[in-house]
Order: sequence, then structure tokens, then C-alpha cells
Amino acid sequence: MTKYWIDGEKAIDISEADDVNSVSFTIDDKDVVVSGGQSILEAVQRMSGIANIPALCYHPAVRPYGACRLCTVEASEDGGKNFKFVAACLYPVKEGIIVKTSTEKVKKLRKGIIELLLARCPNTRIIQELAAEYGVEKPRFSVGDQDCILCGLCVRACQEIIGKSAISLVNRGIYKEVAAPFYAYELGEGCIGCGDCAFVCPTGAITMGDNGKPVLPRVKIPYAEIGAMTSREKLPASQG
Amino acid sequence: MDTELDFDTIRTIIEKNADKVESLIDSYVDKKEQLISLLQDIQSEYNYIPQDVLIKISQKLDIPLSQVFSVATFFQAFSLKPRGRHTITVCLGTACHVKGGQRLVDKMERDFGLKPGETTEDERFTLETANCLGCCALGPVVVVDGKYESQVNPEKLEKVLKNYK
Amino acid sequence: MVEQVRKLLDKKLKNVQELEKLRKTILDNRDTSRITVSVCGGTGCRASGAEAVVEAFAEEIEKRELQVKIDFKETGCHGFCERGPVVVIGPKKIFYQHVQPEDVQEIINETVLQGKAVKRLLYVDPATGEEITYESDVPFYNKQTRLILGANGEIDPTDIEQYIAAGGYSALSKALFQLNPDKIVNEITSAGLRGRGGGGFPTGRKWQSCRTSRSDVKYVLCNADEGDPGAYQDRSILEGNPHSVIEGMIIGAYAIGASQGFVYVRNEYPLAVEHARIALEQAMDYGFLGENILDSGFSFKITINKGGGAFVCGESSALIASLEGKIGEPKSKYTHMSEKGLWEKPSLLNNVKTWANVPLIINKGADWYSKIGTAGSKGTMIFSLVGKINNSGLVEVPMGITLREMIYDIGGGILGGKKFKAVQTGGPSGGCIPEQFLDTHVDFDELPKLGSMMGSGGMIVMDEDTCMVDVARYFINFLKGESCGKCVPCREGLAKMSDILDRITHGEGKPEDLDTMMDLAEILNAGALCALGRTAANPVISTLKYFKDEYMAHINEKKCPAGVCRELIQYSIDPEKCTGCGLCARACSMNAISGEKKEPHVVNQNMCIKCGVCYDSCKFGAVIKQ
Repeated sequence: MTKYWIDGEKAIDISEADDVNSVSFTIDDKDVVVSGGQSILEAVQRMSGIANIPALCYHPAVRPYGACRLCTVEASEDGGKNFKFVAACLYPVKEGIIVKTSTEKVKKLRKGIIELLLARCPNTRIIQELAAEYGVEKPRFSVGDQDCILCGLCVRACQEIIGKSAISLVNRGIYKEVAAPFYAYELGEGCIGCGDCAFVCPTGAITMGDNGKPVLPRVKIPYAEIGAMTSREKLPASQG
Repeated sequence: MDTELDFDTIRTIIEKNADKVESLIDSYVDKKEQLISLLQDIQSEYNYIPQDVLIKISQKLDIPLSQVFSVATFFQAFSLKPRGRHTITVCLGTACHVKGGQRLVDKMERDFGLKPGETTEDERFTLETANCLGCCALGPVVVVDGKYESQVNPEKLEKVLKNYK
Repeated sequence: MVEQVRKLLDKKLKNVQELEKLRKTILDNRDTSRITVSVCGGTGCRASGAEAVVEAFAEEIEKRELQVKIDFKETGCHGFCERGPVVVIGPKKIFYQHVQPEDVQEIINETVLQGKAVKRLLYVDPATGEEITYESDVPFYNKQTRLILGANGEIDPTDIEQYIAAGGYSALSKALFQLNPDKIVNEITSAGLRGRGGGGFPTGRKWQSCRTSRSDVKYVLCNADEGDPGAYQDRSILEGNPHSVIEGMIIGAYAIGASQGFVYVRNEYPLAVEHARIALEQAMDYGFLGENILDSGFSFKITINKGGGAFVCGESSALIASLEGKIGEPKSKYTHMSEKGLWEKPSLLNNVKTWANVPLIINKGADWYSKIGTAGSKGTMIFSLVGKINNSGLVEVPMGITLREMIYDIGGGILGGKKFKAVQTGGPSGGCIPEQFLDTHVDFDELPKLGSMMGSGGMIVMDEDTCMVDVARYFINFLKGESCGKCVPCREGLAKMSDILDRITHGEGKPEDLDTMMDLAEILNAGALCALGRTAANPVISTLKYFKDEYMAHINEKKCPAGVCRELIQYSIDPEKCTGCGLCARACSMNAISGEKKEPHVVNQNMCIKCGVCYDSCKFGAVIKQ
């Protein structure tokens, strides 16, 4: 059988090559061969025209996180008998798997996630664009006013690429936010002002300020419920 | 600890015990994966975790300060603000809830203006809630300064708290 | 001289022969003519004042020099927590409940020295009204099969020699010297043991995967982060018989080839942490942990780690993150823990109850064990039977018992003679089961058919006064507070579900809310990152399935049929029944009740905050809640 290596739009015959860590699998009814050791999303992004998997918390420069769940696809490891939902950014390509990226269930899930994101960030351009693309109108629930979707890309960029870890994700649950130590509004020496955080941010929630340091995402969630662990001023209640 | 402590006194004690804090942190120097254990030791010693202690931990254990801060804010066990003289923990596990545990929290708000996580102005009480303390047959359960009270209703709570100045 | 002292202090057992010799010595030296007095010192009984009872006994025995006559011990949790402090006098095991320090003298004089029961301390069967003297006759106990919990009443958990005398560490000897790792894994597999932490995964299969993973370092982990509110079996076992768990872990470590173990205990269980710590020290002293255990060539150590107050850390990848000093965020797991777990090494993680079953299986054999239970679920299960039930506590029964037997035969029926409404099983990931399914056989596979699960064994009984919408709201709020916040479906979805349930219980619900919640449930089910998130909507799905009428009453009629949701109930006073005693008016913190002495009182609805104190305080049943 001829084995092809799909690289962009080229298909290279690799039948004669040995010691190639190649993996063949089926995606949206197309048989493909890719190099092993990558995730479904990585493979798909390298093969133009094969499939379109949206992803917000993924960036090739940092490790995948699997938080936004938009890249969820259906995958079967037993030849199509049973499918499960997996995050394409993390699920590794494996020999013989069957992947479906646009089933009704997957599309419904994507719509649902976008609806939740739209409720959190109704005025954020990229979320509005996704909503338009997937046919999500007004969210059916209470609406907030944030820009940050807690994808963690800024934190990971600072930690993995720069190695400074000037910012991190603090608190948990609905109170999770991107913050500098002790919720400082201005970043100190820990931050070298490289701008990577603003560069990888998918929504523009984190931007570079005039002083060459990042301006952290606005937070508009009241801390009253769990009990504030800081003496930061409580912001006016909103329905985020 | 006697009952007349206020936040300033607590801070002074911590400063005086700086050596103790140093040696506590030193004992964890090559064990950065035990960060949570260290934070617990400090929390149980001082009833909260001061800012400069977090900074020292970051320096000595060679963990980025932002990560130490993340851990300190993620887990419910750690308080970054000083607590009151007495900590009242109301169990809100399912069994206690079904038997009326929420009414005790409501009463604390009515009588002392406290929501969970808050401390009274006079630094007398801090209210916490716990998601099940494991005494489900005896609910509603309230723990005051480590002492367990069982089958507590609003009346009993009021009586118990009178003993804690 | 120093050498002699060191030898005296050196308790390390160098081989199996020394262990057996020690066991025999302890048993031979026991004065079996002494009367045993066991006081339950578990957290539950302590909450009812057991420590004072222990002190009273100790003092009295010391004062009257009765050590020769009395074998007094403070044991772990007996399981019948609602009746604490519990005292059991052997050998016939006379069972006393609600014991106070003032009762101690009488107990010693009457029961210990004369063998006569103190009637007022006996258990009274609510069904027949008769007093029951012996523990084995108490219905709560005699319908149980206490293979694991039974030891709790017999041994002092802070004394390893009592565990040894009861046969402890004989399973370890057998595992190390009569079996080999393959045979051990086979035994666990043939026994049919399934994980008792919630997942119900076949334990033998897990051990086999870990055994075949290639790595220089492997870990053995015990999940004691018992987060399900309403379940406290793990606490009871760790407090009352920590060595059973330790022995299980050593056997597991030997089977898969691990050299280091961790016990991850919830922060909220200080006594369990303390007893586990003492047990580990003693196990080390006696040579059951450390280098070259019992001269087998196998070395193994265990460390205790405390949780930080996060339910999510009961999830395996979050637990591991926490052990690594990071925040407890789960990871999408597409590689099994048996290949890459703690520090990317193969890790065997099992629940406390699962570990406690291991020595039993090794000692008695897989054949014996697999005869207990049902076809798919072998062995006994320990349930925490709590809520609106007469006999509340920990119940250990063979898998396959019916819900009816649990609730009525063992539990003694509903508190106050009220009507049963539902039993919530499996914690926040489980569901509510209504009356028509009371004859269901409880095991891993039957409960999911009803939309619930066995989970970690929590069984919360609810009656006619429980509002099922409020129950759903409670669980969703709990999960929302415990959510790690990493993934969108759980973080945002639960918050929106919580908003909707708040509105419904406040009388602001809309009919379309139910469809919206079911859509959110689907998003969680398909999109959430971890199993906790994927099952987070179960409380809503399950209550909607069986109690939709209650939801509709809240939404359409703005009424709470069970009389729980504060905004939807009204307290008023029946003028026919009111005697004008004024108790309610005095109890009311809002001064919302007015009336003259001996005249019927009235509640001012505008000022009433519906706290219910008046309802509690009225002795004439004149306050109406509707």
C-alpha cells in the first residue's frame, strides 16, 4: 500500500522510507497519515483543508491546556463502535482512530460553549465573531461584562517562553482571574515588559500599557459570596 | 492564646517569631513539592499567612511568587487575612443542610453581620463554612475553635457562642 | 548499657517468625478474665462529648485500681454515630448509647462488676418499644456484615499491637512469602474487587496495568480526600483502623513494584490525620515499613499529605497535582495513570475502602470473597446512611441489599414517622431515587439505571419536608464553589445553573428555565474536562426526572410544596390554636409578631424574614408554615 505524508497541500510518497514514526487515522471520513507524537489539533492545523476545529486556549508556542473545550471532537478507538468526546488540542493521534469534527453533537456542544462565553464576554469581538459563525444569538442566561476568558495563554507564555511567571491564575471557580502577586495593579520587577502575554491573548483582554507593562484584564465579579481573601475593594455587583 | 489579641498584636508576635518562621520555611528548602504542607503549618501556627511570609517562601524554596500566590488562593484552608479570635465553622454538608444547617449561617449574618469568610469588626469571630466534616449523623454540626458541637439549632448556637468572648 | 537500652527500644520484627511470636505473646499475655470496656473515640462521638467519658472512665479505673479487672480502651468509630457517645461492655457486648461522664460510676458498679444492664442507657427499638441489651441484637447492627468496620470496635487504633493481636499483618506475610506479585494481582482480580471511591473500576485490572508498566519508580497512592458531603466512611476507617489501609497499600506496592506511597487526607479530618500518622510511625518501628520488610527484600515507605480544602482534589489528576505542590486543577487524561501519574511515573491510586478490602481478600482468598455480593459487584460496601432516618450511621452490608432493607430494616424508617420521599446516593455526582424504586438491589450497575450511582457510598434519606428543587440548588451551589474554574462548561455552566435555581427557589422561575438547564446539563456532560464536571449536572437531571411537579409548582404557582424555600413560604398563626403565650414574639428577632397576652398573636408579613424561629418555638403547633 502506498503511504503518503500529507504536508500542507503536498502528498509525499513515503512507502520506501523506514523508521518514520507515522500514524494513519481517519478524520471526517478522510484517511490521513501524519507524524506521531502530536495532537489531533496540531495535525489538523498542519493539513490545510482537512477540517476546521475552533480553539481559543491553544497556541503553538506553549503547551496545550484544554480549558476552553471548543476544540472538542468525537473520537473512536475501537473502529467506530464507541465514540467519546475528547479535546483535540490534547488528544494524541493514534493508529487507527476515527475522528469526527462536525457531528450534530459536536456542533451543539460548540454552540453551547460559545453561548456561555458570550454570556461572560458579550462585548468581546472574537467571541461575537464566533457567535455569528456558529449561529449563537442572545444568551439565555444572566450576562456579564468581561474580556478575559481565562484561557491561561498569557500565564503560560510568561512561564514557559519567558520563564518569569510574573502573573498567574489565582482563586478558583467563577472567581478565577489572571493576577499579579497580591493582586497588585501594577507589575513590578518580576515582569520584563516583553509583551508576550498581550501577543498571545486571543481576546485582547490583556494589553500593553504606556509604561511598557501589561494592563491586566478588568475583573467585575463581586467577591462577596465566597468571602474575600484580600482587602481589595469590592467592585460594584454585576451579573457576570 | 489568651482572648485579648488584636491584629496588631498578632503582627507583632509574628515579627518577634521571625526566627521561628525562618526555620519552619528552612525545613522545607529542598522539598518544594510540599508547598501545601508548609502553608498549612504556617496557617495553623498563625491563623493566617502574611504577605512577607509568602515572599520568603518564594525566595527560599525557589518557586515563582505568582505560583505560591496561586496555591495560597486556590485552597480554602488558607487565609491571607488575619482571622478573628474565634473561628466558627458551620458544616454545610448535605446531611447537615437537610437538617437545617443553612439557618445557622443565616443566624450568624443576622446576629453578627457575618458572611462566610468574614470577620467581625471587633475581631471576635470569623465565620467559615465546611463542605462536610464527617459527622453526618449528628448534624447540624458547628466547630468553634476546634471543639465540635452537634445537633445545633439557632438557639443552641447562641448559647454556645456566649462562652466565646 | 546503651546497646541494651537500644535493643529494648528496638521493636523491629526481623521476619515472619518474630511477627508470629509477638502475636502469640500478646494473645497469651492477655488476661481474658478482664471485662473489656470500649468507648468510641471517633470524631462523631467526640462531637457528642466522648472525650469527657473517656476521661471519666480512666479516672475512675485509676482511682479504684480496677486495671486488673477492666481492659479499658478508646476505640475508633463504631458507626452508630447518632447514638454517641457509645460504650460497649464485653464479652457479651452490652451496648450503651448517649453515655455521659455522670453515668460512668454506675456503669462500672452495675455492669462491669455485677453484669447488670443500666436500663436507661440501652437502645430502644422505635418499632417495638423494647429495650435491647446486646449489640448483636440491635437491628442497626445485626443486619450488617461488618467485615471491614467490625474491627473498629475492638482495637485501639493508636496501638499497633492490638491490630497485630487481631490478626493484623498476616495478609502481608502471606503476600510476601506464600504468594508472588502475579498471584496477588490474580487474587484481587478473581475476587472481583471494584474501586470504592466512586468509579467502581475493576481493581485487579488497575493493578495489572500498573504492574506491567515499565519504570524504575512507581508510586502507590491512597485517596482519603473524601469530599462527598454526607459520606464519612473513609474518616471512620482511617481513624479507627489505619493499619488495615497501610497493610493493603504495602501489599499493593509489592504487587506492582512501587517503593514509595502517599496517603492524601482531607484537611478537614484532623483526627484521621493524627491516627494515620501514629500508625505509620509504629508500622515503621515494627518493621512493616522501611527497608527489607520482614526480610523479604522488599522496601516501602509511606508519607501523609494533607489536602487544602478542595473537593476537586478527590479527582485523581487534581490529587496528583496537589501532591506535586501545584493547584488542584485536573488535566485531560488521555494517558492512564498506570503509565504516567505522579511525577509522570506509573501510579496506583485507590480509595481508603478499597485498600482496606485488600488484607481481607489476601487472607480469606478470592473464592471466599467473591461469594459475597452480586454478580457484578463483589464484597461488602460501607454506606453512610444519614438524613431523615431513625438509625443514622455507617452501615456495612453485602452488595445487592435493597434500598428498602437499608432504610427500613437497618435504618429503622423515617425520623418522626414522616413519609419517605427520596434517597440521594453517590454524592454530588449521583442522583435522587424516589419511592417506587425502593426494592432496587444496590450495587455498581443497578443504580446507574435509575439515573444515580453508588459513588463513594453516601446515602442521604429525604422526607416529605425536603424540597427537591432546594436539594438541586444545594448541590449545584456546592459544585460551583468547589469548581476549579479551569474549563468553560463547568465554571460558567454551573454558575448559570445556580442563577437559574436561585431564581426558581425565589419565585422568579420561568417555564423555559427547565429546558435551559437541560441544555446546560448536556454541555457539561459532553464538554467538561474531568469526571466531576461531566457528572456535575446530575442533581438537576435526576430531580427533574422524578420530581418535575415540584419544579412546576415553584415556577407556575410560586409555591414550595415542602415548605422549605424561604421566599415562597409564609408563616402565620392559627388563631384557634394560639394561646397567646408570647413565646414566638419573644423569639422573633425582627419583632414581627404582635399580640396581647392570652390573645391570639399575629405575624406581620411585611417584617417577617421567614427564619422559622417562631415555628420552632411554638409548643402548641399554632404556627402554620405554608
